Amino acid sequence: MLIRRAPDLRFSDITPRSLYLRRREFLQTAAGAALGAAAAAMAPPFTARVAAQKEGTGHGAKLANVVKSPLSTTGEKVTSWEDITSYNNFYEYGPYKEDPKENAWRLKPRPWTVTIEGYAEKKGVFGFDEFIKPYTLEERVYRMRCVEAWSMVIPWVGIPLKDIIATYKPTSQAKYVEFITALNPAQMPGQTTRMLPWPYVEGLRMDEAMNPLAILAVGLYGETLPNQDGAPIRLVTPWKYGFKGIKSIVKIRFVDYQPKNTWQVMTPNEYGFFANVNPNVDHPRWSQATERRIGTFFRVKTLPFNGYADQVASLYSGMDLKRNF
Amino acid sequence: MKPVVLLKRIIFAAALIPAAALVRDAVRGDLTANPIEYITHTTGDWAIRFLVITLAVTPIRRITGWNPVIRLRRMLGLFSFFYATLHFLTWFVLDWFFDFRQMADDIVMRPFITLGMATYVMLLALAFTSTQNSIRRLGRKWTVLHRLIYVAAVTALLHFWLARKTVVPQFQVVLVAAILLLGFRVWWATRSRTQPRPAAPLKAVKM
Repeated sequence: MLIRRAPDLRFSDITPRSLYLRRREFLQTAAGAALGAAAAAMAPPFTARVAAQKEGTGHGAKLANVVKSPLSTTGEKVTSWEDITSYNNFYEYGPYKEDPKENAWRLKPRPWTVTIEGYAEKKGVFGFDEFIKPYTLEERVYRMRCVEAWSMVIPWVGIPLKDIIATYKPTSQAKYVEFITALNPAQMPGQTTRMLPWPYVEGLRMDEAMNPLAILAVGLYGETLPNQDGAPIRLVTPWKYGFKGIKSIVKIRFVDYQPKNTWQVMTPNEYGFFANVNPNVDHPRWSQATERRIGTFFRVKTLPFNGYADQVASLYSGMDLKRNF
Repeated sequence: MKPVVLLKRIIFAAALIPAAALVRDAVRGDLTANPIEYITHTTGDWAIRFLVITLAVTPIRRITGWNPVIRLRRMLGLFSFFYATLHFLTWFVLDWFFDFRQMADDIVMRPFITLGMATYVMLLALAFTSTQNSIRRLGRKWTVLHRLIYVAAVTALLHFWLARKTVVPQFQVVLVAAILLLGFRVWWATRSRTQPRPAAPLKAVKM
């Protein structure tokens, strides 16, 4: 009978008895050391992250020389800063309402450029400060009605869009204005998924864009805009559903076609180009007749054009608003 | 104590944690800017998760051969019903505040509400016939009736899918889990038809 010796185990491989007896202690020490090393490695980015979070998604710098606008909505309770900055639809940072506040600290809103393109006499790439410098900042308190049937009252700080458009002198060929959000997956982690086609696109017909109610907002509650609300510059059109209010704009294009806005591309039977607030035209999946004001319990009736019919209804005279939803 | 009984007690306690967390958040005033939506989503998420977990019991039993695990099935199913009930009541009381006209409108006009309602009615029927007494009384019919869980799983998934504007990660997770678990049953059925049955049949387990 041939007795084979195990060929691969040498005497030196045998664990010394002393170490064997202390094996638990050894494992504990090793595990402790590994944990400690991991914690040490993570600590600096973590503190840096907390600081960045505070800076990007918390209170910002006070804006100087803001004048109150007579176009503000009056007599309504303004939604709290906390709610406006913690309950956001901004898929660039994730699909859930709390995601933007959680993730938007990654965005660096400076340096920032806005590119003007298309049918206009003045075009080019402009630094953010240069872009907003010519205008007086106005406080505009507006209702904001989300297509999901909730609403807020928001004290924006912004610039009338018509004044900005006038600066760039669009030609007669410019029929629409197209807006484009930044495309930067490193700073906007939602853009690494295919939830929506990126970058986000929105648009307005030229006469809508020239309406005095339309603004480009750069602030909130008299402070610079927090990242989760669309820093550094976003569109606000209070008579339309919230998704028209494109955030973190990097490009404005004067075009002769109706822009294909992102949600319309995504689900054309549910979201249209105009997206005017209309209690009589239901979204296929929910009624638009009522809404819940954030911070209150009972639903209230939704008003045509979100209560701004006097200022904007004439833009759509003769149009079938059921078809052009 | 038998392992399965211990496991059952642990799962029972664990399954109440989401409800307890909601109560804690409510007490702290920590239900986000839109509490009704938050409660709706949380209870809905847990209802469908427990539905999928319930569907996992039989495959676990088949794969491991550990028959006593079946004793967890009814409890898990009832937790799905428990969270579905909270989900339904949130809609009924908090969201519409007994506005029957609007609710009726919702059920008829909006497919995702129709599907949600249909799912809840099915879960209601399953919950009410989940007693030992019903099992005895209905006999063979009970097995047929309780296959409704497969229909309820499909309508619940459709309801979840249609309720959101995009495909959210949480939907993807339950969808994949449900496909695997339902697929397992199809695979098992075809396998046991083509292969000889095991010599010792699965022992019946007292509930």
